[in-house]
Amino acid sequence: MTPKRKNRLILVLLIIVGSGLAIALGAMALKENIQYYLSPLDVKAGKAPEGQTFRLAGLVANDSVKRDKNGLTVHFDITDNVETITVTYTGILPDLFREGQGIVATGKLEGVVADGKPHFMAEEVLAKHDENYMPPPVQDALDNAEKVNAERVKAAGEKTQ
Amino acid sequence: MIKAIIAFLVKVFYQLASPKHFYRIAGKLIPWFGWFAAVLLIAGSIDGLFIAPVDYQQGDSYRIIFIHVPAAWMSMFIYMVMATSGAIALIWKIKLADVIASSSAPIGAAFTFLALVTGSIWGKPMWGTWWVWDARLTSELILLFLYLGYMALESAIEDPRAAARACAILAIVGVVNIPIIHYSVEWWNTLHQGATVSKMDKPSIHLSMLIPLLLMAVGFKLYYAAAVLSRARNKVLLTEQNRTWVKEVVGLESGVKHG
Repeated sequence: MTPKRKNRLILVLLIIVGSGLAIALGAMALKENIQYYLSPLDVKAGKAPEGQTFRLAGLVANDSVKRDKNGLTVHFDITDNVETITVTYTGILPDLFREGQGIVATGKLEGVVADGKPHFMAEEVLAKHDENYMPPPVQDALDNAEKVNAERVKAAGEKTQ
Repeated sequence: MIKAIIAFLVKVFYQLASPKHFYRIAGKLIPWFGWFAAVLLIAGSIDGLFIAPVDYQQGDSYRIIFIHVPAAWMSMFIYMVMATSGAIALIWKIKLADVIASSSAPIGAAFTFLALVTGSIWGKPMWGTWWVWDARLTSELILLFLYLGYMALESAIEDPRAAARACAILAIVGVVNIPIIHYSVEWWNTLHQGATVSKMDKPSIHLSMLIPLLLMAVGFKLYYAAAVLSRARNKVLLTEQNRTWVKEVVGLESGVKHG
């Protein structure tokens, strides 16, 4: 490689490293702002802005969905399997909404309702689907295997007792 | 032995870099790439739309991944080609590298646009929204603007050599965005789901769905190869129009047509 080409190669590498570094520093400074949502754990840790709109994401807790009889209002719990926050939403839910589904809700934490805990009043609920793609029979087989396994563990536990 | 192979590869490289040989070799390759692309795209579409099973969660709607995912991969791949060509053009002053980069830009922009539009059409029923400003969607939109900026910059500078150099630098600076797009779903919380295929772990997609996805992905790649080579061939003819070999080629081809 001629010295001239070597210099140009170094220049190109400098451009890549320099712009990469600039972007990395910028992204680090903005890390919290680039987060699309907070988890219930983040909210309990006080990361949620008070009285302002933010996004809360997690799984819809099992057996937590309750619909008001007179309208479109739904109450459900969002959980990250550690902390849980109750959400109230009025409107049409996306197709993928169901218990156990990951969702992102936009809204505000609002004062104390009957049970003494702050509720998350959602203006918008989006479903977050996962990266797994498989036909339904496979899913059935997986569920079945899990059940069989759970029974086995239970049986083994009973034996040792 | 190894030295001989390297010497041979260097010879091939320099031959390809000469516009005259490039024009001839590309002309022979294009029909192969084009026909294989057509076969794979037709096979992949039939497999993806009719044979692959429905998804356990999304039903039939997931089938848009057979367009969306290969288009998104291509949007990043083509940008990498442009940045690499830009670097080669800057360092070794090979004009053909500039031609490849500038021929790639509109194709890359089209794939990026396709990825954004199909994602949006998918997002409305699945997520409940056409668009969100999360890290993955935003960085892919920036990629579209990089492509458009590249094309605007190229046509804004009159001197073709100055334009090529400015564009090469833009392509190299913009390459920072590629890892950001790829890792955005890991580095930040996003509404977009994580990687399914392109990760260290085993792909989290059933084999019966993975096969049409890969058929489409390879089909898109071959289509790009055919398209970029045809565009580059035209550009080479334009930029070399005063050379005798171009006059021979053009004279010969029109002679065949009229004869």
